[in-house]
Amino acid sequence: MGMTYVQKVIAKACGKKSVAVGDVVEPSVNLAMSHENGALAMTQFQEIYREIDLEAKIWDPDRIAIIFDHRVPAESAKTATNQKKLRAFVGEQGISKFHDIRGDEGGICHQILPENGYVRPGEVVVGTDSHTTSHGALGAFAFGIGATEMAAVWALGKVLNVEVPGTIKVEVNGNFQKNVGPKDLILHLIGKISSEGANFKVLEFHGETIRSMSTSGRLVICNMSVEAGATAGIVPPDDETIRYLREVAGVTDELDIFSPDDDAVYEKVVEVDASSLMQQIACPHTVDNIKNIDEVVGTRIDQIVVGSCTNGRLDDIETAAKFLKGKKVNKKTRMLVFPATWRIYREALKLGYLGDIIDAGAVVCNPGCGPCLGVHQGALGDNEVALATTNRNFKGRMGNPGAEVYLCSPAVAAASAITGVITIPAQEGN
Amino acid sequence: MGKVVYKIGDDVSTDIIYPGRFMATVLPTETPQFAFADDKEFNAKLNNKEIPAGSFIAADKNFGCGSSREQAASCLKGWEVTIVAKHIARIFLQNSINLGLNVLICPDIDADMGDELEVSGDVLKNKTSGKEFKIAPLPAARQAIIDAGGLIAYTRTRLMADKS
Repeated sequence: MGMTYVQKVIAKACGKKSVAVGDVVEPSVNLAMSHENGALAMTQFQEIYREIDLEAKIWDPDRIAIIFDHRVPAESAKTATNQKKLRAFVGEQGISKFHDIRGDEGGICHQILPENGYVRPGEVVVGTDSHTTSHGALGAFAFGIGATEMAAVWALGKVLNVEVPGTIKVEVNGNFQKNVGPKDLILHLIGKISSEGANFKVLEFHGETIRSMSTSGRLVICNMSVEAGATAGIVPPDDETIRYLREVAGVTDELDIFSPDDDAVYEKVVEVDASSLMQQIACPHTVDNIKNIDEVVGTRIDQIVVGSCTNGRLDDIETAAKFLKGKKVNKKTRMLVFPATWRIYREALKLGYLGDIIDAGAVVCNPGCGPCLGVHQGALGDNEVALATTNRNFKGRMGNPGAEVYLCSPAVAAASAITGVITIPAQEGN
Repeated sequence: MGKVVYKIGDDVSTDIIYPGRFMATVLPTETPQFAFADDKEFNAKLNNKEIPAGSFIAADKNFGCGSSREQAASCLKGWEVTIVAKHIARIFLQNSINLGLNVLICPDIDADMGDELEVSGDVLKNKTSGKEFKIAPLPAARQAIIDAGGLIAYTRTRLMADKS
């Protein structure tokens, strides 16, 4: 019987010829990523060794990545102290893939990893962040775990007792209409299968729309696969994956490129016609509360947010800049833009995008998770409404349980910034 | 045996269980005070120690969806409550097992506030309504961790086994 893509990755990581769905296995880990919550993983790691007569050394310091992004620069003494402890741990353990609060190498973990070539096709990547699913865009089996689970990975170099997940095949065909794109596709899919429609499953993306999609777009759909409950979202690697790794990420070593078997067994096949989609909006307070934009046009917005691990890449900033160039953010609203990494920030600066955005009246924040989870900057006031290119709209998500968050694409966010209400971007920009 | 002390619906996210603004607090000894912090009434009941250990929180589908933040499991573990839900999101479920928080997946659960529940093998009895519900098995892959008393203890065993 043929294997799906994730079965092949897991088999490889276990040194086996094949694995079946439901098998309990212990795959080796190629990369283990944490951000500020590495402070808890560190505490739990030390706890593991407290009662046994072994030296507390992580299994491979070159396979651990620590990236400060959730609260940068620190918003409180507590965060600064956590970051300080983690920085000391990184030094003691000799962890090489460490990205501190720096303009030359910092940013959001889920963009730092691809940009720096830390993720390769066919690898197993774990992260103490639910949006670790992002890295399926490069053909890795990448999934979120808790901090204690990470401590065990640091100790053993493998994930203990994983059940090989079943796979849902998502077949996407057709060309997007103007100003409709990957964000609209993934929002539509989440609405279609629900917020738990892929719980414990992998979403494997296929079809001509995916094949012609840039890695940036693939990162959007894999990033948000977790919002359908998926363990992972994966685009099997192709020429675009190789192009990205060689040209953007600077990877020079040999790549292991493979595809799912033609006779792989899928639990379900979901088909999407991309050409029939209009812009999608996730309405408060669940990500699967999806509406076509025409149902919510005119909704008043107090804060527009463009950025995050979902939509803070150069093409997203470019879209915002093109809409805003020579125009003004409506005085009835305010707009925050935060590029995902300092590399993107510098490129957007060089290309004049940030200037266009600032001239229009938007605020450009430093790269980091910032407003997305509302703990650091960009919190909402009571009864305020946000329209954001981020990934979650749960009650309280943007720092205030008395506020509302709508999710959208960068094009919708930028077009709406000009009017101050949710606006269909079809006729504007580009 | 314990009573249902909190009843909540679908898609209770980790932002609801443990709001993001408290995420700089990480230690399991310190997280319980912020459990369900945005529901001031229930949070006060917890902090005033009005919720006895062994009480039940009853939820519907997709409990614990969203962020991987482990504080969402550790803050509830601290109060020794049991979660019973129709379905539980993957990362939260694994965190719960790793930390030893009692979680029951009970797809047909029907219980109201104040109902008395009792676990008997793979059956959850609602003593108040007289109804019984099947408890779905936890993922087979996690059984060894449950048996060891949590992931830290299990990892210690594995490290010592690798050494010898």
